[in-house]
Amino acid sequence: MSNVLELKDVRKSFGDEVVLNHLSLVVPEHTATVLIGASGSGKSTLLRCINLLETIDDGQIFLDGKEITDPLINVDEVRRKLGMVFQSFNLFPHKTVLENITLAPMKVQGKTQEEARVAAKALLSRFDLADKADQYPDRLSGGQQQRVAIIRSLAVNPRLLLLDEITSALDPVLVNEVLSIVRDLKSDGMTMVLATHEMGFATQVADEVCFLESGNILERGSATAVLQNPKNPKTQEFLKRVHQAGRL
Amino acid sequence: MTERDNSAWSPSSREIERQGSRRAINRKQILIAAVSSFLVLGTLAVVLVTSPGWQTVKTTFFDIEYGTEVFPTVIKGLWINLQLTFMGGAAIGVIALGLALMRTTKSPALTPFRFLATAYVDIFRGAPLILIILLVGFGVPALGLKGISSNVIFLGTVAVVLTYSAYVAEVIRSGILSIHPSQRAAARSLGLTSGQTMRFVVLPQAIRRVVPPLLNDFVSLLKDTGLVSILGVTDAVRAAQINASRTFNYTPYVVAAVLFLLITIPMTRYTDRAIRQRTNAQSSEGAI
Repeated sequence: MSNVLELKDVRKSFGDEVVLNHLSLVVPEHTATVLIGASGSGKSTLLRCINLLETIDDGQIFLDGKEITDPLINVDEVRRKLGMVFQSFNLFPHKTVLENITLAPMKVQGKTQEEARVAAKALLSRFDLADKADQYPDRLSGGQQQRVAIIRSLAVNPRLLLLDEITSALDPVLVNEVLSIVRDLKSDGMTMVLATHEMGFATQVADEVCFLESGNILERGSATAVLQNPKNPKTQEFLKRVHQAGRL
Repeated sequence: MTERDNSAWSPSSREIERQGSRRAINRKQILIAAVSSFLVLGTLAVVLVTSPGWQTVKTTFFDIEYGTEVFPTVIKGLWINLQLTFMGGAAIGVIALGLALMRTTKSPALTPFRFLATAYVDIFRGAPLILIILLVGFGVPALGLKGISSNVIFLGTVAVVLTYSAYVAEVIRSGILSIHPSQRAAARSLGLTSGQTMRFVVLPQAIRRVVPPLLNDFVSLLKDTGLVSILGVTDAVRAAQINASRTFNYTPYVVAAVLFLLITIPMTRYTDRAIRQRTNAQSSEGAI
């Protein structure tokens, strides 16, 4: 099993604030790595650095063994191999669902409109959204919008999927319809890195769980090890707080 | 629990009572508005008509017979203003879009263009239009360049286009900057280049957002085409001026003003409606 993603000693700061403090991470093929931690712990920044939306201060990031943090690399080519889904969906409001999905396959991969549409419709039917193809995003529920956003990122056949708190902006009832897609993708063998606050879901999909605090990975291991029997007192404290919030 | 049948709804007696009160309040408000309008406008009219110079003003500004006589020449002039507006408008659209894109680009190869576009906008937005018209209208022919027309209509149009391109470029640029960075992040993370992101994601949303202010600029453009009359173009303003100076009767100016208003007022109303619709649409867009 080869490693799809490898982070070596990655550092990122915004001004004086160190957001990622010499992090290292390895993501083997067909596995899911789940990042947990409080807001501001660096989860989103880590994902944005992998997608080259942020420039790191130090360290290296490798995708399929090739360093992508080389300044001479073609950024657009790297991003084509990465799918990213955001907390706030970020669908294009002026395009229909189908147009949102077919834009990148047509413009980036050079598919014809016909090919792109056929592929997009197949994905939409698979995730029960076939009837929404010609609607504009603002006519859809949050859960439907986020499912479309996931499909949009899948349409370019990414090597690695980055999911940034994709259910945090959703009503609890809608969370599950979005997470079930991610479960499906995981069983298809999609490699992914995701930041989430849904601990139950993390337990189901994670091959490795990393607990981040102030830009450090304080604890890592299997879902059962980190989520059920955390060793680090800070992890224990964090999980206790998440648990209490869940009870409210 | 059974659901109530919606179609069988008839208002309760309390609701009928409330509707009655609302109608009474409405009637009272309409009455107040009518009385207030009558008092204010009536006073203005009385002050105007009883003023010592009213008779002279009436004959020199509102001579209906003379107005009818000059009407054909003024409307012929207005046709020039309209032509200038539409041809100039098309050129302005193209140049302004180019300027806005140059000003928002981050590409290092285009750095000199970004600098030039900024300088251009600063100069033409900051200088009075009438000066630009005079400089272009009298300066360019003085250069004696071959192949450049010294036709005053052409030079007047060029001056207006130069100035308005700067205004419109700023409007388009503000639209581009108003698109949330997350839209750009989403497009870039799909692998679209920065040019594709601008063309397919940012610009279509930006232009839609700035349609109302662009319509405003279009109305101003039509009015400001009247300024090219200083170069001797026989537009509506110039036609009125010629007639007025011949007879010392200023009715032609009023005719020209009314003709401009007949076009600009409906356009302004339409713009206001577009802005309202835009605001309503945006509120339903939510977080995006």
